[in-house]
Amino acid sequence: MAIVVFADHHQGEIKKAALEAIFYASEWATTQQQEVIAVVIGEVPHPSSLENLGQYGAHRVYYVNSSWLNDFDARLYSLVFREILEQLQAQICVLPHDFNGRALAPYLAAQWQAGLLTGVCSLPESDGSFQKQVFSGKALAWMHVHTARKVITLLPNTFSVKQQDRKATVENWQPSQVKADQRKIRVKELRTTQGRVPLSEASIIVSGGRGLKGPENWGMIEELAKVLGAATACSRPVADAGWRPHHEHVGQTGLTVRPNLYIAIGISGAIQHLAGVNGSKYIVVINKDPEAPFFQAADYGIVGDAFEVVPRLIEAVKKFKGLS
Amino acid sequence: MKVLVCISKTADTTAKISFTADQKSFNESGVQFIINPYDEWYALVRAVELKEQYPDTELHLISVGGPDVEPILRKALAIGGDMAFRVDLQPISIEPVAISIAEHVRQQGYDLIFTGKETIDYNGSGVGGYLAGLLDWPFISLATSFTWDGQIATVEREIDGGREIAEAMLPLVVSCQKGIAEQRIPNMRGIMAARTKPLQVIAAPEKAKENFVSIDHFALPQKKSGVHLIEPGNEEELVRLLHEEARVI
Ligand SMILES: Cc1cc2nc3c(=O)[nH]c(=O)nc-3n(C[C@H](O)[C@H](O)[C@H](O)COP(=O)(O)OP(=O)(O)OC[C@H]3O[C@@H](n4cnc5c(N)ncnc54)[C@H](O)[C@@H]3O)c2cc1C
Ligand SMILES: Nc1ncnc2c1ncn2[C@@H]1O[C@H](COP(=O)(O)O)[C@@H](O)[C@H]1O
Repeated sequence: MAIVVFADHHQGEIKKAALEAIFYASEWATTQQQEVIAVVIGEVPHPSSLENLGQYGAHRVYYVNSSWLNDFDARLYSLVFREILEQLQAQICVLPHDFNGRALAPYLAAQWQAGLLTGVCSLPESDGSFQKQVFSGKALAWMHVHTARKVITLLPNTFSVKQQDRKATVENWQPSQVKADQRKIRVKELRTTQGRVPLSEASIIVSGGRGLKGPENWGMIEELAKVLGAATACSRPVADAGWRPHHEHVGQTGLTVRPNLYIAIGISGAIQHLAGVNGSKYIVVINKDPEAPFFQAADYGIVGDAFEVVPRLIEAVKKFKGLS
Repeated sequence: MKVLVCISKTADTTAKISFTADQKSFNESGVQFIINPYDEWYALVRAVELKEQYPDTELHLISVGGPDVEPILRKALAIGGDMAFRVDLQPISIEPVAISIAEHVRQQGYDLIFTGKETIDYNGSGVGGYLAGLLDWPFISLATSFTWDGQIATVEREIDGGREIAEAMLPLVVSCQKGIAEQRIPNMRGIMAARTKPLQVIAAPEKAKENFVSIDHFALPQKKSGVHLIEPGNEEELVRLLHEEARVI
């Protein structure tokens, strides 16, 4: 039997969260002696490079190279997946808990009549339960899926991958029950911020709050992010005031992020902000108020004026990286 | 056009999270309950705006839950909507909620369904997609903008590091998040009007009573051991610690 994984990609580049999902499935498969099949939908520029998914634990890659499937569509992709899962008589499908995965997983679970567990952060334990963060990261729950068929989404950046020296076999696979004319959604435009690290995949995030006083002061935030190879984020009032774009807003009502390092500058650490960042492995807080609640959630902190501390921190990082 | 907005009840964002002694359920004592912010601020407000734009729109709200969700539905009706439905079922996971709503949709017939991005307590992010899957309708998730010109819906959604704009015909399910609308505070007129709007209780379908996914127990995450403060002026020490101790740079 097989564990099937959604290997989501952008123009042939498999997303980090998807690589984690493949590795997760392969760890799960070793206890179940199952085969891991990564499914790549839509054309990629270099199909032979897909054999490298073996490094993350995929045994086989199903490459569904139809151009009419290039644009993501939860419904169409779900129809393709259902056909694959039925053909393989698989019982488990794993997807990354990211933008597309979160849309496809529930759709597929409904159509494939499976139980759905989203955002897990552990392999099944000996009693079969999965760990999942609930209350926006303020608590953990252990959950059971009672159905034979299971659709599971894996929370990004909770499972570090180990690469191995193995190649997957790449097979072309074509759906026979799904046709181009079943598409009901037409993608008109796709805009990605070129060259920037997407917030959801960033391993380091530099984030600014109202303490920075105004949008004109974001130069140093961007520079710190640049020298660290980080993405930038902000608190909600900063996005609401239009100092920064909405998609940078993290927290309970914004994006949930889980980087290895989150640097919070001039952010008080309100509970709704923490809800979106408390899954970060390490938190650094720079705030001039020693009483700022964020310090209680921090691993490292500097009590000081951001306008003095951040430029010095930039210099220190540059020196460390040999950039100056 | 007939529009349905899915409303869920959730613990207030500042609520203290604690569990009963056996760790099996959420301790509700002293906790304030609110409309899930994604449902209230984004899904509902955008639907109310559509009704303002197209006054012949019929706008219904639905929540799956016990009698305790009725005050939440009344609050939602104060922001807008013609009537509300409560499916009488204590939901324990995504599937029963979606199955219950799908049954109602089949009976009532809708053109457009809005859900929130996710509930902020169980963070499932699943009801909208599962519902669309049951209905075999197209589904667009995490929408940051929605317009309808009377025939075609144009939806902008968030993707990794970017935006995607798609066009779709109705019927359609959309999960909504920040950007699609601005939060509205209900006014006195809305609150008064909500009191007399119909709120109908309906029975849950049998299929929704099956046990798909259940919670065994909860735990609070481990507390951080305490912050390591570094003197301002000593930023090089911070960089050293991040490299040698935390190993994150
Ligand atoms: C339902 C609900 C949902 C919410 N969702 C979110 C969410 O998703 N994300 C979110 O961020 N917020 C959210 N909020 C808002 C949240 O409660 C806080 O109001 C917000 O996070 C505060 O933003 P801030 O820390 O940038 O600003 P402030 O609270 O104003 O804090 C500014 C900080 O900067 C410090 N500071 C000032 N000057 C300097 C200086 N020169 N150098 C260093 N430090 C300085 C101050 O000491 C202070 O700690 C939500 C609120 C509600 C009610
Ligand atoms: N019990 C419920 N009743 C009605 N709608 C719900 C319920 N639970 C969730 N929803 C809707 O589905 C969205 C996603 O919820 P979830 O999949 O639980 O994260 C919410 O934002 C609501 O719009």
